[in-house]
Amino acid sequence: MRKFTVQSGLVMPLDRANVDTDFIIPKQFLKSIKRSGFGVNLFDEHRYLDKGEPGRDNSGRPLNPDFVMNQPRYKGASVLLARENFGCGSSREHAPWALDGYGFRIIIAPSYADIFFNNCFKNGILPIVLDRKIVNELFVQVEAQEGYTLTVDLEKQIITGPSGAPIAFNVDSFRKYCLLNGLDDIGLTLQDAGDITTFEKRWKDASPWYFGV
Amino acid sequence: MTGKTLYDKLWDSHLVKQREDGTALIYIDRQLIHEVTSPQAFDGLRLAGRRPWRAESNFATPDHNIPTTKEERRLGLEGIRDPISRIQVTTLGDNCREFGIFELDMNDIRQGIVHVVGPEQGATLPGMTIVCGDSHTSTHGALGALAHGIGTSEVEHVMATQCLLQTKMKNMLIRVDGRLNPGVTAKDIVLAIIGEIGTAGGTGYTIEFGGEAIRSLSVEGRMTVCNMAIEAGARAGLIAVDQTTLDYIKGRPFAPKGDMWERAAVAWHGLVSDADAHFDRVVVMDAADIIPQVTWGTSPEMVAPITGVVPDPEKETDPSRRDNMRQALKYMGLTPGTRITDIKLDCIFIGSCTNSRIEDLRAAAAVVKGRKVAANVEMALVVPGSGLVKKQAEAEGLDKIFIEAGLEWREPGCSMCLAMNADQLGAGKHCASTSNRNFEGRQGFGGRTHLVSPAMAAAAAIHGHFVDVRDILLTLDR
Repeated sequence: MRKFTVQSGLVMPLDRANVDTDFIIPKQFLKSIKRSGFGVNLFDEHRYLDKGEPGRDNSGRPLNPDFVMNQPRYKGASVLLARENFGCGSSREHAPWALDGYGFRIIIAPSYADIFFNNCFKNGILPIVLDRKIVNELFVQVEAQEGYTLTVDLEKQIITGPSGAPIAFNVDSFRKYCLLNGLDDIGLTLQDAGDITTFEKRWKDASPWYFGV
Repeated sequence: MTGKTLYDKLWDSHLVKQREDGTALIYIDRQLIHEVTSPQAFDGLRLAGRRPWRAESNFATPDHNIPTTKEERRLGLEGIRDPISRIQVTTLGDNCREFGIFELDMNDIRQGIVHVVGPEQGATLPGMTIVCGDSHTSTHGALGALAHGIGTSEVEHVMATQCLLQTKMKNMLIRVDGRLNPGVTAKDIVLAIIGEIGTAGGTGYTIEFGGEAIRSLSVEGRMTVCNMAIEAGARAGLIAVDQTTLDYIKGRPFAPKGDMWERAAVAWHGLVSDADAHFDRVVVMDAADIIPQVTWGTSPEMVAPITGVVPDPEKETDPSRRDNMRQALKYMGLTPGTRITDIKLDCIFIGSCTNSRIEDLRAAAAVVKGRKVAANVEMALVVPGSGLVKKQAEAEGLDKIFIEAGLEWREPGCSMCLAMNADQLGAGKHCASTSNRNFEGRQGFGGRTHLVSPAMAAAAAIHGHFVDVRDILLTLDR
């Protein structure tokens, strides 16, 4: 996995609560058997005016001028500023794959749906939880100032903006460790293979009915 | 010392290793697999040269991309017209063969929606930990199993290690006291719960559903409730094991037999929360207050009783919620104050992992029997959850009732719940759907979904607009 240490990026605001994973990447793109190629269809139903199909060339499709992503000032954004319960709904990991494919490395929101939150960390994306009040202020600042960028230092757990005091954030220590070092979960877990085997033996003796057919 | 919740018990019994940083390795007894969220996981295994830790703990069936017309199904894989979908279904079969994983392929009569098939086959057992790359895995909690949806990286992790890295959730109890009124179903209970606590109300929790109204439900009804725990934000829903659970499981193909059954049944009787267990949050509802529910917006929490009206965003004080309501009404093409019973329907969908089991089909058939689908309804689909549900329904003559009433009787699959196959809701069309999500575009680009119970969907099919199914049931009783 890609390491995450310090990242700076242009911030794009998505002012909408309960953004679900169907919104992030519609179902027709889930037919792919690959992990990549989803970025061009991120937020497809809102970004374009017509219906997208997998495998189709997206360059000629009509863009929705009202959707924030299509405003020139947010071109190249890598920080997504979002609202409550971001990433709710389906467990599709295609959602973080699409965000990552477009170039988002950091998400800031007051809250996330659990599965999506977890999926982000598996893909080198840092989802940051900030107090709703702070998020509100960030929305005001981002909209007021063109070219608004933030720098996130994961090691120190602080966010620095163009003005004001740095903002501290919390992150689970194991997830932080994996992100900082770009570690693959499976390799780490397999270091405990002995514990797993011991557990499995004991569990099988106690509950053989789970090991039948 | 206080007692343990059912969730505590399931967690403790599967804890391989607790790490100092708060994460834990949890042993997984069963992984269910479908074609959409597994190919990248199998690829990961191949790239790393890994084999499944315990191949026989995995159980696969394709469901999301599967066509549902008889003509297409007769052709097998060739019947999947979309080449990209066909590759995905073919890839599942290839991967299962390569890695030695059991699969019910699309031509097997036992094939169906993975969350219908798992319990039906006895592949879901009480006391298990179950995962699947699908958020509706919460369904299996109805049998006293700890079951939740995971992402594809975790699918690969479970295949390779038989474990999942987790942090423990908090405990929530939702108790529905008293008895349900006639015409009110498990679907109405869970929609009312989501209306009460919101789509993020269960985030960070495992929800146990209890109380007389829940205990009185069949296992099928309990699955409907747990299925939508995720729509309340909870990855896992749970219902305590009782005699109803054991009666459901006994004799199923993957369930233990003979002496093994006796031993398992004794162990499973303990899968209940202790009387003095501590819950971090308790929500109490009265079953008598619940009446048939209909969603009017683009989130399952945007729900109203059938006797209600579409709410007015301008009366909402929270600005974020107000914006959401405005966006939802614009998308749905509805105006505040419209009576729910005045919402006209273009399409009816009876199916999905929420409501496609035999009991759901019986409830819908009872309402449409001897009647005709209204002229303004352009499409009305009944999609059984599995080949075996379909067979049972046909043995009871339900297919004929649906067909005579003007509904289409289809082959099993996820179908128009998420419209990955050819079954799609048209732009601007209103659909009474027994599925689980009314998100924008969920059932088709621009489609407008209203979530309801099977009986309510059936009643809407006959009238062409929503009606209170309790009124119809009164006439049926006479």
